[in-house]
Formats: sequence, structure tokens, C-alpha cells
Amino acid sequence: MWLCDSSIGRKVVMSVSGLALILFLTFHASMNLVALFSKEGYNMICEFLGANWYAVAATLGLAALVAVHIVYAFWLTLQNYRARGKDRYAVTDKPKAVEWASQNMLVLGIIVVLGMVLHLWNFWYNMMFAELIHQPMLGGIHATNGYDYIAQTFSNPIYVVLYVIWLVALWFHLTHGFWSALQTVGWSGKIWFERWKCIGYAYSTILILMFLVVVAKFAICGGAFCCGSCPL
Amino acid sequence: MDKNISFKLRYWRQNGPKDKGHFDEREMKDIPGDTSFLEMLDILNEQLVNEGKEPFVFDHDCREGICGMCSLYINGTPHGKTERGATTCQLYMRKFKDGDTITVEPWRSAGFPVIKDCMVDRTAFDKIIQAGGYVTVRTGQPQDANAILIPKQDADEAMDCASCIGCGACVAACKNGSAMLFVSSKVSQLALLPQGRPEAARRAKAMVAKMDELGFGNCTNTRACEAVCPKCESISNIARLNREFIKAKLND
Repeated sequence: MWLCDSSIGRKVVMSVSGLALILFLTFHASMNLVALFSKEGYNMICEFLGANWYAVAATLGLAALVAVHIVYAFWLTLQNYRARGKDRYAVTDKPKAVEWASQNMLVLGIIVVLGMVLHLWNFWYNMMFAELIHQPMLGGIHATNGYDYIAQTFSNPIYVVLYVIWLVALWFHLTHGFWSALQTVGWSGKIWFERWKCIGYAYSTILILMFLVVVAKFAICGGAFCCGSCPL
Repeated sequence: MDKNISFKLRYWRQNGPKDKGHFDEREMKDIPGDTSFLEMLDILNEQLVNEGKEPFVFDHDCREGICGMCSLYINGTPHGKTERGATTCQLYMRKFKDGDTITVEPWRSAGFPVIKDCMVDRTAFDKIIQAGGYVTVRTGQPQDANAILIPKQDADEAMDCASCIGCGACVAACKNGSAMLFVSSKVSQLALLPQGRPEAARRAKAMVAKMDELGFGNCTNTRACEAVCPKCESISNIARLNREFIKAKLND
């Protein structure tokens, strides 16, 4: 199977799974924004997605996608490490055109996965998992009350800092991943390379800002960094 | 007239692919600025021979920047900091400062085992070309030059791809030891022309399979290859190779 036994095939798997994950992030970020202006609206989404069969099926699909992306990442990195040979250069001089993120995708990816584990612990475990095991009060708040879980999480300054670090790492990962994925599937050239890079930067920045604004709102308004003087 | 410089030269010595290897050091004195890097190494070797020591081994051939034989990793850059579009033989000592330390290493990649010192075995590239980097020849009458019309833009781009001299700087610079820039240039130079189209799918598959078999790494689009290529090959060639390869596999 060429998706396993050729270098370009393995890269195609990385690209396609990566692009699918970007689509998921877009969906997730749009959903989060609802929490900025409506508690009822946000909790309705939480209830809709809860432990219904379609949400569980989509979660399993998503988990498979993440697993494939991670397994291939380690596989490719191991092969690349071997291809480099046993000796390393004594002196290296990184060319200006080489972006830092492009050479540190695995490290950034590991930070993203660690952040994801924390995130699953903070939310998924108390929400979807709680419903699946029929213990809706597992986390002390009802499983469909996502809004209060957000408020609870970001009342802790350590979580706020960890989430910001996580999102910054994700931004770096996406700025390279976006155009790199399209380059790998062959949709690039001298003109489209510049376009994809520009679109990729803009898209990743907007996406991460969408996540950050929710963290910021809940950290500041009644959260970890609340001044306590405004009536909100 | 450029002035003379003195500097410390650290050069890699290794007796074979299995040997551990180490750096030797030497103070080079009063080297004229218009000496080429390879001429400077000739001066070094003359000194070593006069002292009864073994000369330093490195690859070189035409010394005109066209053959792709020279292969030194100088101060962290393949071919050193030449004007872009040049190989080690076109690097001049005026690019360095008096009192500098200059470190010379071989291409380091599993695909290019060291033969001795800074001479590496690049026959892997020949094997990739032999796998399909050609048009099967059916010699007949010479055709009229205008018998097959080719857009100027395509002809120019194919020529740019064909200017790859196969020196291996792309592999040397790549953190993954990937040969994708070389392979993609060699696939592109034919894929862009009508004469290369009939065998395009077979060629892309065969050359990529050979590249993988020889132990080169997977491309992660860091663009280090493009930045150091003495012939300014672009990673748009890599996108084209990806396209050709995926198309060929989907048609199987």
C-alpha cells in the first residue's frame, strides 16, 4: 500500500489527516465563540453534542484521525533521524528562509498533545465521558453545563497560562502545517506557495485568536484575572 | 587586489565509512583573498605532503562550477556562503575574515557514506537516475526543431530543473537527509516536456521507490534544500513530483 510504503504516501497521510484536524479546529473554535455571548446557547450545543450516537461516532473518528497523525509523525521522524546518519554536523548555520516551526514540528506536536490531554481531563472527562458512564455529576457540575466548566477551569490561573502556551504552540504548528500539507498533496507551485503561506498564516492566526478570546474572556470576567470592580 | 588573510582551518579526517573520524586543525598563514577555497586546500595539502603527512581528501573536478563534484560543508553551509548559484570551487577566500576559524565537514547523510575525509559516495544519485530519470530512446530520423511545439515558459522551466548538477547539497542541508529536491528536479525536467510525458507516471514511481530504498528521508518542507542549492532549484519542483507521484498511484 503506497500510503505506508512510500515516503510521499506517508506524507500524504500526514497532510490529509492534518487538514481534517484543521477543519475540526475550525468547527470547535466557532462553537466556542457562542460561549462569549450566550450561556443558554452554549449549553444547548453541549447538550446536543453530549453522548448522542452521532457525537460519539464523530469523536471516535476524530480520535482515529489524531492517532493516525501521531503514529505517522513518530514513524516519519524516526525514519528521518536514521536517514540523517550517525554523525551530526559540528557547525550548523540555519538559512534565513527556514522557519523555526518547520524544524520543530514534532516538539510542537508533543506540546499540543499534552495540552490536549489536559483539555480532555478538564472538559471531555466531565462532559461526554460522564454521560457515557451515566454519572452526569461526575465533575461536580452537570455534564451538559459546559459554560460553568469553562468558568471553573479559567478561574484557575495555572490553567489559563497552560492553555495560552498550548494555543501558541498550536499556532506555530499550524503556520507550517497548513502550507506544508498543501505542498505535499501537490497543490503548490511558485505562485501558490506564496498564496498558501499567506492564507495559512491568516487562517491560523484567526483560528487561534478565536480560541484565545474565549480563554481571555473567562479568565478576566469573573475568572483567574478578574479585577472584581466591573459589574459583569 | 584582495589582501592576504590568516585563519584557523578545522578539517574532518575519517578513514572510511566505519571509522569514527575527527577534526584536524592547522593555522593557515597569508592566504591571498583571490585564492579559491579548493586552491586553499591545495596549499594545505602541499604543506601536509612536504611534512610527510597524508594529504586531506576532498572531491573536486572541473573547478568551474558546472560539474557538481565538489561537496564541502563549510562553516555550517553546504558549499559555504558563496554567491547563490555557485559551488565550493567558486567560493573565494575574500569571503572570510582575518583570524576566522573555518570548519570543513563532509556531507553527512546515511545515503552518502564517507569514503575518506570529506569525500563521500554519491552513487546513490546515479542509482536514482538509472531507475527512471531518462526518456527511453527510440532513435529515428532527426526531427525538425519545430515538429513538437513547446511553450517558452515550459521550456525555460524544464531547463531550470535540468540545471541541477546532482551535487547533493540538498541532502546535506536537510535535517531529514531527504533527496526530494534532487529527485523532483530530475522528474520535473522531463515531466514539463511533451517528450517526457508518456513515461511520466512510471518515472515518478520508479525514482521515488529507489530514493526510499536507498535510505533517504521523508521531506518535511523545511526549505533548507532550496536555500542552499547552488543551482537555485525551487521546492515547487517537489510539489510537482508529489503531484506526479500521487496521480500515478491513483491511476494504478
